[in-house]
Amino acid sequence: LSRLKRLSWFGASLLLCLVIGLAWKYVTDQGLVSRVFLPSPDRTFTALFAGLSTGDLGAQMLATVERMLLGWALASLVGVALGAAIGVSRFARELLGPSLEFLRPLPASALIPVAIAFFGLSQIMVLGVIAFGTLWPMLLATVQGFAAVEPRLLEVGRMLRFNRLEVIAKFALPNALPDILAGMRLGLTVALILSVVGEMLAGQQGLGLRILLAARAFRSPDLFAGVILLGIIGFASNLLLALAEKRLLRWRQA
Amino acid sequence: MTGAQAVKGLALPLLAVAAAELAARHYGIHSDSLAAPSAVALALYEALRDGSLLGWSGETIASALLGLAFGGLAGLVLGLALGLSPRLARLLEVPIELLRPIPSVALLPVALLIFGFGFRMEIAIIAFASFWPVAIIGQAAIAGVEPRLMEVSRMIGLGPLSRIAKIVLPAALPRLFVAFRLAAGISLIVAVTVEIAINPLGLGYALMQAQQTLRPELMFAVLLWVGIIGFALNWLLLAAQRRLFGRAAPAGATR
Repeated sequence: LSRLKRLSWFGASLLLCLVIGLAWKYVTDQGLVSRVFLPSPDRTFTALFAGLSTGDLGAQMLATVERMLLGWALASLVGVALGAAIGVSRFARELLGPSLEFLRPLPASALIPVAIAFFGLSQIMVLGVIAFGTLWPMLLATVQGFAAVEPRLLEVGRMLRFNRLEVIAKFALPNALPDILAGMRLGLTVALILSVVGEMLAGQQGLGLRILLAARAFRSPDLFAGVILLGIIGFASNLLLALAEKRLLRWRQA
Repeated sequence: MTGAQAVKGLALPLLAVAAAELAARHYGIHSDSLAAPSAVALALYEALRDGSLLGWSGETIASALLGLAFGGLAGLVLGLALGLSPRLARLLEVPIELLRPIPSVALLPVALLIFGFGFRMEIAIIAFASFWPVAIIGQAAIAGVEPRLMEVSRMIGLGPLSRIAKIVLPAALPRLFVAFRLAAGISLIVAVTVEIAINPLGLGYALMQAQQTLRPELMFAVLLWVGIIGFALNWLLLAAQRRLFGRAAPAGATR
């Protein structure tokens, strides 16, 4: 596909968005859908920009992003370190593997009540749930990546008298990297979801609490403004990680 | 899994449970957040016997399945349309990329506003969450159908509908099943999440209630049960995938 053609398709696709926006406006202007449920686009965007420029919407967005990133970073560190420790030893893999497989499909949110029982409705609780729930994709990806190192590479490592750390740094980690990065991307999505749920439940400042309060007060423009911001956070974080992934894995194409 | 592997895999959890039981007996805990494993087992047995656990499970699973049915079907239709028509796929690219990253729980308050508490709100959110994986993987699966098969269908003069039913869907079925399996896992997770967050239904609500009424043994029993259901669902779908498609299942999708 030529560049020009691709650009014009992209333009057409943007145009379609505009058409959808106009249809949205028409539907709300005509009162086809109750305004309690669906605010008109202009009122939604007015609420969005007013909230960002004068209100506290920006601060709440930052609070959510900060919580998401902190929990995710914590989970990435612990997940990769723990995954490396388990993945490098066959004994540890056999000992822990089945337990990990059992825990893997467990919904992370199911741990929220347990976390509340231990930590109360606090910042720490929300952060702990985010970190713990986000841990799994990274942990399992690291274990898997470490376990699946090409055996001949390990032989080469033995020939060159690499010690364990060198084997990890030179073979295991690069081998696990694509899996780890994919796990981190998935983890960030999970972290955003858990941040929102955690804020709703624990009443912590952030977009999650804000949209819940907006819904309870039937302020649908504020609600939709919050949903749009959450969509932007999800979009941006995914995009950034996809770019990072492409950059970090450039050596694989060569 | 061989016997020796099973022993090794079970060793650590059993050891941990035994240690927790011993500690609980020795120190005699009276806690709002901890419970002895024997008390948890007893609570699990009680909840199973009086039927309350099965009732909650029914509510959660029914919501998950209905949401999966709506979302999966809609996702399949979109995936089919996008996979068959690259033009449509390019045209819809921007709207899809704008809607997809919205976290499903962000729609919780919206669904609450429209439907109020109850099954409908939960099903709507589950449908949204399970819609995307089916649509996206479905599109790739259908766009990846061997082009020669499509030529054959044109040669023998199949109409569009019978082409979809006789050529496209069967050829894409292994990957579509993977999408369905992922979506099923997501639907259960989202169901429990919605119940924990606000909806007074099912296992998630039971978990919250057990915590709020300070019954840690019941809380851990329900948690264990949620884990068992999640594990069983995953295992069942994987077994079905192996059985139905065997080696036709896409590589890397066995887990």
